[in-house]
Amino acid sequence: MQAFKTPRGMNRRHFLTHLASASALAVPAWTLTRAISAQAAALARNQKSCILLWLGGGPPSIDMWDMKPGTPTGGSFKPISTTGEGQISELLPKLAQQMHLLSIVRSMSTREADHERGRYYMHTGFVPNPNVQHPSYGSVVAHELEGKLRELEIPPFVSIGGASEGPGFLGLAYAPFQVDSNGRVRNVKATVEEARMMDRLKLLDTLERRFVRENRGLAAVEHAKVLQSTLSLLTSSQMEAFNVQAEPAQARESYGETGFGRGCLMARRLVEKGVPFVEVNLGGWDLHQNCFTQLEEKLPEFDQAISALVADLATRGLLENTTVLCMGEFGRTPRINGDAGRDHWARSWSVVVGGGGIRGGQLVGATNEDGTAVTTEPYSSEDLMATVCHSMGIALDKTFKAPNGRPMKIAGGGKVINELFA
Amino acid sequence: MALQEALFSSLKWPLWVTPVLLSIALVVEVAAEEEGGSPPASDPVVEQINRHIRAAWKENGLQPAVRATDAEWCRRVYLDLVGRVPTVAELDAYTAEKSSQKQQLLVDRLLGDEYYSDFSQSWATIWTNALVGRTGGRQRRSLINRSALESFLEESIRNNKSYDQLVLELVDAVGSTDPEAEDFNGAVNFLVEKLDEDAVQATAKTAQIFLGTAVQCTQCHNHPFNEYRQNQFWELNAFFRQTRVERTRDPDQDNRFLARVSDRDFAGEGRELYRDNRSEVFLVERDGKLVDRDAERLNSAPIYYELRNGEVRVAYPVFIDGTSLEEKYSQQGAEFGNSGYLEDVNRRKELGQLLIAAREFDRAIVNRMWAHFFGYGFTKPFDDMGPHNPPSHPELLDELGLSFRAAEFDLRSLMRWIVLSEPYSLSSRITRGNADDEPTVGATPQFSRFYIRQMQAEQLYESLIATTKADETVEQDRRATLRDRWLQQFNTEFGTDDAAEATTFNGSIPQALTLMNGDLVQRACSTGSGSFLDTIANDASLSNREKISYLYRAALARRPTKEETKTYNDLLASRGGEVIGTLQDIWWAVLNSNEFILIH
Repeated sequence: MQAFKTPRGMNRRHFLTHLASASALAVPAWTLTRAISAQAAALARNQKSCILLWLGGGPPSIDMWDMKPGTPTGGSFKPISTTGEGQISELLPKLAQQMHLLSIVRSMSTREADHERGRYYMHTGFVPNPNVQHPSYGSVVAHELEGKLRELEIPPFVSIGGASEGPGFLGLAYAPFQVDSNGRVRNVKATVEEARMMDRLKLLDTLERRFVRENRGLAAVEHAKVLQSTLSLLTSSQMEAFNVQAEPAQARESYGETGFGRGCLMARRLVEKGVPFVEVNLGGWDLHQNCFTQLEEKLPEFDQAISALVADLATRGLLENTTVLCMGEFGRTPRINGDAGRDHWARSWSVVVGGGGIRGGQLVGATNEDGTAVTTEPYSSEDLMATVCHSMGIALDKTFKAPNGRPMKIAGGGKVINELFA
Repeated sequence: MALQEALFSSLKWPLWVTPVLLSIALVVEVAAEEEGGSPPASDPVVEQINRHIRAAWKENGLQPAVRATDAEWCRRVYLDLVGRVPTVAELDAYTAEKSSQKQQLLVDRLLGDEYYSDFSQSWATIWTNALVGRTGGRQRRSLINRSALESFLEESIRNNKSYDQLVLELVDAVGSTDPEAEDFNGAVNFLVEKLDEDAVQATAKTAQIFLGTAVQCTQCHNHPFNEYRQNQFWELNAFFRQTRVERTRDPDQDNRFLARVSDRDFAGEGRELYRDNRSEVFLVERDGKLVDRDAERLNSAPIYYELRNGEVRVAYPVFIDGTSLEEKYSQQGAEFGNSGYLEDVNRRKELGQLLIAAREFDRAIVNRMWAHFFGYGFTKPFDDMGPHNPPSHPELLDELGLSFRAAEFDLRSLMRWIVLSEPYSLSSRITRGNADDEPTVGATPQFSRFYIRQMQAEQLYESLIATTKADETVEQDRRATLRDRWLQQFNTEFGTDDAAEATTFNGSIPQALTLMNGDLVQRACSTGSGSFLDTIANDASLSNREKISYLYRAALARRPTKEETKTYNDLLASRGGEVIGTLQDIWWAVLNSNEFILIH
């Protein structure tokens, strides 16, 4: 009976220790049991993060990063010079002023030109396989940096404005936490007062524990783990990182008052708090029809947000520890189809990377005259993932033991694109 | 079990007696649990399933789990057949049933008149999600009338329309999405948004849903694993090219569109219809007769596709098994079957007949249904079958397909066989003998125990409604809207041409937050006058123990353990005997537990 006598005026620390004392939701590394640390912010600064700007649908990189003016595949736009080595689209004038911070890999060559397969492959470094679900970028990072994230009370893998890809065999504890770009996280307000909540959680704990003990499978254990993360988040002041409206008007304006702009701004806030992996989604790139008129609408929103993000990270000294990666599931056909659109194309395309020790302003690789083939060493999703992991200090020789017993290398055994670090 | 209940509620026993009797009661309960399940069914198809599954256990050195308890089986069969947990009355009736045929009896009832409303609604939702996704028709600008499709399916299922007939009606549907229109047809909503861009999605989804073949990538290139080739994709696509969608503004609702699906004469890509408006006709002598030189070719309607190297190829309707319309109608002229004229050939009607005749058709639905009831099909995923992805139980899959065909495509028969089979009746507990049978870590499922899996969002919603009438305070005509809104909060679209989508109702944090603090659970936990909890709390015929037991049976289909009951009594005592608040906390905890959300 003692256990149910709850003190009044419980603060977070009290709440946590109290809850932890009797709780079987706890595993040794349970976030809730940790004291709230005042050094969280300081520690976060030394920690590596990655922001993935995901252009879902497959952006026409031939109209953005590797233009072919004057050829039949060239499209409507002109290239302009940048502060880095190469030229980019005239519709990206703001980013052109920040390209000394980012590099373009123009020799991506992959095989998956279907959305679902491409999304999976570019997020995991593995082609889909019916017998094993591979973890995506964010889950790998969350898993590998786990030991360094003791102060983090919010999820280590956040996906803004889109679904990202799942944790695969690493389990739901490493799943992306999906939020809207307005930063409103639904249902975080408890519906009863703290003492009642404590009682409820203890009852829940009893149930949860009993069912796990019955040994009916991983899903029961995963459920308990997700509950822990949820409780951690519910009581955390770090949730404030999602509140983009707290930013000064000037900052919000510079990123743009758009979904993607707010998402990028939120990504910076999250990285500042120590979240190691944030994905920001900007969809609508499946430009089978009217590619060029649609780009005239899309690229300015994109241009403003990405350039503000990169500049902001650099100004705050966050860029050296934050890897920025911008891509979709594939590129689009150099050939322009009958509807003035471009179709799916994986054979020769470009991505943009920077930060995290990657030297900015470079061009890596090249394609032929009309953009239909890579003429230098081709790079794959595996290589790109190896590069990002390298920049984040994640050991690539580490092998996961996949649940089917097969050893599995991080990033599928890809090779680091060394030119980016030269 | 009734004995235990009686003991708990009885205050006449001296306190010291209770523990002793309680332990006796528990022994009784365990014995009852082991007894759970009925003797093997005599249905030959069920026997067929059991035989194949057992043979594979033997081959793989697996010991099947013991049978699930009556209550466990009852809970899962309600969830899987009618889309919700059983109510306490339904559960108690089943566990009290003495007949050795009790499983069959319950399945017959769930598939019969008594439950037709729950059953057809649940399966209409499942099929709607399969046909247009969870997001289809949700956006203002969508052409899909989701509720019209759902109504069409619900009616079809209620009338026990055979599966082949249902598919024919979906695949060759014509008419308007507008319920006010004379030619209104709810079935057109399957294809209405898949016909743009040369009907690529109509082709891909028809193959995936009805043939269990993932062909979407072969529109651009040969499948990297599947033997399916690019030409096969476009030859299948050619069946959809007489079909057109006209859209019109909805006069009653701003920014909404209505649409009509129809078939028209198709000249072929980049061609015009020539038949009767040629300015010149060339006559040539053939076999001593003067004939129209272009008569046959004139009608043939080709489509074109591009190889990765830029080379252009031509395609005419050819089904995946190589049956071409050209061949089928060769008696009527060399190219008659390739005609784009409707009076010659209605390509979608031809496709419908070829579909239902194909063996892939029956195997695909068997695999889909098996996956529905077991969480895994005979292939992973269940809708990407083919030589690149061999099934775990090929003979069983094949024989079940034939049995389904022999049963005239009766979906209820197929469901009945599956839920009455031995693997469906097994416990979900992992034991040494079946620990290797773990598909979550990549093993091929052998169904030697029942794999736990999470409820779908729809199952959770309907369960809470059935149990607590959580929507009772809402006006009748707003309930459907409320349900839709609740379900929609979990959906995310990728915005790609394949209409891909994801759900956050996947066991991750947003779902946990919804269950902890969201409005639905809040309503289900209401203690207002006349609410579920209020009714139980004030039921004078129930002791406190029985009240708690009632909540447990309602959500978990079991009674609380001794330890749990003690915990609750302690809590109740610490609250000065305040019953309803304590019941509310228990109910909240139960609804948030793994044991509730998982089907086990």
